[in-house]
Amino acid sequence: MGGKEVFFEDVNVGDKITELVTKPLAEIQFVMYAGASGDFNPIHSVHAFGEKAGFGGVIGHGMLSMGFVGQALTDWLGHKALKKFGVDFRAVTKPKDVITVTGTISNKYTKDEENCIDIDLVAQNQKGEKVVTGNAMAALPSRS
Amino acid sequence: MIGKNVIGREYPEFSYEVEKVKIREFANAIGDKNPVYYDEKAANEEGFKGLALPPSFPIVFSLAGGLMTVVLEDLKVDLVKALHGGQQYEYFKPVKPGDIVTGKIRIADVFEKTGKAGTMDFIIIETTYTNQNGEKVLVDTNTLIQRR
Repeated sequence: MGGKEVFFEDVNVGDKITELVTKPLAEIQFVMYAGASGDFNPIHSVHAFGEKAGFGGVIGHGMLSMGFVGQALTDWLGHKALKKFGVDFRAVTKPKDVITVTGTISNKYTKDEENCIDIDLVAQNQKGEKVVTGNAMAALPSRS
Repeated sequence: MIGKNVIGREYPEFSYEVEKVKIREFANAIGDKNPVYYDEKAANEEGFKGLALPPSFPIVFSLAGGLMTVVLEDLKVDLVKALHGGQQYEYFKPVKPGDIVTGKIRIADVFEKTGKAGTMDFIIIETTYTNQNGEKVLVDTNTLIQRR
């Protein structure tokens, strides 16, 4: 949970962050996210619009998927070390999808006197399709 | 298609006051039960002044600031053909409830790419946020894709 500290000395390239598995996504969740974020594109809330757009119904917000990835990051890392966080949206999410977020430390280095790691991030649905790929950079505290 | 002449175009500044109720609503919609988003005491114990913000929370700033209306209307983006291709945040200083952030939107780049789905226009929208003390807190880079 929040405030967790990961120390530079304890992390190595190839290490995994704690995996996050969501509950099955629900249409009502897309409506909640629409209200919370302010993105009222009807493709996320109005079934007929989603059908017309060729998705057979509503789809989830890309930013909701980024939210799951962000949760995986902060569950493992806390908030304060996070310096950069970016994603590319690869596929849509639909109601009943279960999203699994994984992350791997891809680089470890010292830059401008800061102890940095890069993390590769992937969110996949229950079929193994990539919904989101992304990366993060964090500046970690040192034990010494 | 969207012409390269819009690169560098800027939009009027907008401000957004960060509210704790919105943070709770946002975290709850994601399904993130981390107490630092709901309980000020828990957040304070973790070293936050007020509630923490989820890392993707700044989407709330940009939507409140008229990204969808002001910018997309100005660029004549057709929402039916538009996709959110990617989103990046660079964090410089923490933002907490009660802060008033001010965003300045600039079109950083426009280019086209041709792939399996045909030629698509990429629009890179960069928003720099400062807080009420004039400190830079965040840079938001939004990649918008428009299918032709």
